[in-house]
Amino acid sequence: MSAIIGPFLAATVRTATPLALAALGELLVECAGLINIGLEGAILAGSFGALVGATSGGVLGGYAGSVFGGVLIAMAFAAFVIWFKANQIITGTALTLLSVGATGTLYRALYGSSGASLTLPTSVPYSIPGLSVIPVLGSAFFSQPSITYAVYLLVPLVTWWIRGTHAGLALRAVGEQPEAARVAGVRVTRVRVLAVLAGGVLGGLAGGTLVLAQAGTFAEGMSAGRGFIAIAIVALGRWHPLGVALAALVFGAATALQFAFQAMGWHAPYQLFLVIPYVLTLAGLAGMTGRARSPAALGRAL
Amino acid sequence: MPSFKPVLLAVALITGLLLTMLGLLLMGGYPAGSTLLALWNGSVGSWYALTSSTLVRAVPLMLTGCAVAVAFRAGVFNIGAEGQLLAGAAAAAAIALALPLGGLPAMALALAAGTLAGGAWAGIAAVLRARFGVLEVISTIMLNFVALYGVSYLVRGPLQEPTHAYPQTSTIALGLHLPRIAGAGRLHAGLPIAFAILLGCGWIFRHTALGFRLLAVGESPSAAASAGEINVARVTFQAFIWSGMLAGLAGAVEVLGVTFALYESISPGYGYTAIAIALLAGLDPWRVILSAILFAVLEAGAGAMQRDAGVPAALVSVIEALLILAAIGTQAARWHFRRMPANSIADGNEVSG
Repeated sequence: MSAIIGPFLAATVRTATPLALAALGELLVECAGLINIGLEGAILAGSFGALVGATSGGVLGGYAGSVFGGVLIAMAFAAFVIWFKANQIITGTALTLLSVGATGTLYRALYGSSGASLTLPTSVPYSIPGLSVIPVLGSAFFSQPSITYAVYLLVPLVTWWIRGTHAGLALRAVGEQPEAARVAGVRVTRVRVLAVLAGGVLGGLAGGTLVLAQAGTFAEGMSAGRGFIAIAIVALGRWHPLGVALAALVFGAATALQFAFQAMGWHAPYQLFLVIPYVLTLAGLAGMTGRARSPAALGRAL
Repeated sequence: MPSFKPVLLAVALITGLLLTMLGLLLMGGYPAGSTLLALWNGSVGSWYALTSSTLVRAVPLMLTGCAVAVAFRAGVFNIGAEGQLLAGAAAAAAIALALPLGGLPAMALALAAGTLAGGAWAGIAAVLRARFGVLEVISTIMLNFVALYGVSYLVRGPLQEPTHAYPQTSTIALGLHLPRIAGAGRLHAGLPIAFAILLGCGWIFRHTALGFRLLAVGESPSAAASAGEINVARVTFQAFIWSGMLAGLAGAVEVLGVTFALYESISPGYGYTAIAIALLAGLDPWRVILSAILFAVLEAGAGAMQRDAGVPAALVSVIEALLILAAIGTQAARWHFRRMPANSIADGNEVSG
């Protein structure tokens, strides 16, 4: 049985890693009171940035490139939404479209149509001594590419930052009651811009993970809806970093289950499993009746 | 209604489009002349390209574009047109496959089924919004995924063609295919249907109390409720459902008029492109007709551009995106982008924390 469960859990964690990164980024953005559906575009730009970076700078260069790509899209989002006061949904849609087009065009222009065979330096899994030998769980959680460990560190870090620091409080104040926050001396615009940029960094890293720790190459449209999934994950995780991490695992597990079924040659309707996380999210949102999201509730949690 | 002349706007738009395109081509070192020629030839350069390629593509874009316009106008950020289109396509295919006979009533039944399914799919998000205050942006994104996996399941399960070799349904009976327009290649009766609906929607927006209520609610829900004595929740809910029905019809028309079968990739993202189309049209159904055709020209031409001039087809997405961003940039201070922040999301004040 562990011959199935081990690889299944490992695939879950692997699939969840970029989702968790992107969702943590979106969490920060949403905490500032914005919804960025351009996240999909940021992830894709991150993937392309990773390709460009890694061809000359190795894995680290790739991650640097992915951050650059994600931030570029985030900067455009901030410019349109925060300074021009444009609608967020529209801007996000346009930026995703822009990213799909720009990465596709540049990819073909720079690497030709045969570029798909490119293989890049990749981030190989690193087994943490001691932890990785734990039966079943060890190899799944502690024999992963280093970016996964970065996520493990990021989750408590973001939790502490949002819940326990003055800056985190300012961030949430901006998302809950921007006018009140402004009166209280918080620089609302600056907080929002920084939150969006942080979202871009993490979205870009998510895209970089796809290239550098998973596929080893770039493909047009390789973000494949992960930006939208990340938005679902934030909702399922109830706008809490730890919840977001668990929700990412739920979504990862559904995908991993599909792989497991295919590997075992079972002809089960795997689509039904893929649907489960979305239905869970919808049910969760309905069950919340606004309590977990409303300003008053968050005020009490302080 | 807009303060600037539509003709002037169209001229400005197309000029801007051509200049942007030229700029991008020159930057990329591509031969601009032959690229534009290929784009022209692939989209409007011949009767065949215009009808069978461009206008066939314009039909679902018009209907979904109108769907988005109706919802956004009422302050409902329905980005689930893609899922509603898939629900409509699935229902229309299921009915069409089950019906023993063809003919006009059978076609009407299949189209109605698709329309209702689209409305019902939007209805889930509408109920979640009305009853539980769930942001429709989030719920419709999720319902898009659910619809996609649902279709994926149907075409591998209950609705799969009898040999079980391909992930698609059987072809629907000839008697259920939407009639072709004589002398216009693959162009089908969906085009006049879409025209009629968009003209009708635009008329409703301009000349009826219903249209006024939609606009009022989208503009300012609180003002609509207090000064206009409008039942905001009800109007919002209705707009959401109508939006879904239009998108569902788009799916049904696509099945009966173009694909004649259901499969996963039945929509190349029409429901997402629709958002761009509706925006470029300033959320006005009449102008959606033009903006849908413009997008159809670009997308029909994109393939030819890549094939004949070696320019990546993805370049067209860049142009589409720049069009929208330019529209946002120039109109940010104008009337119709002041209107959109009326609801919670755009303001960003009430979004989750």
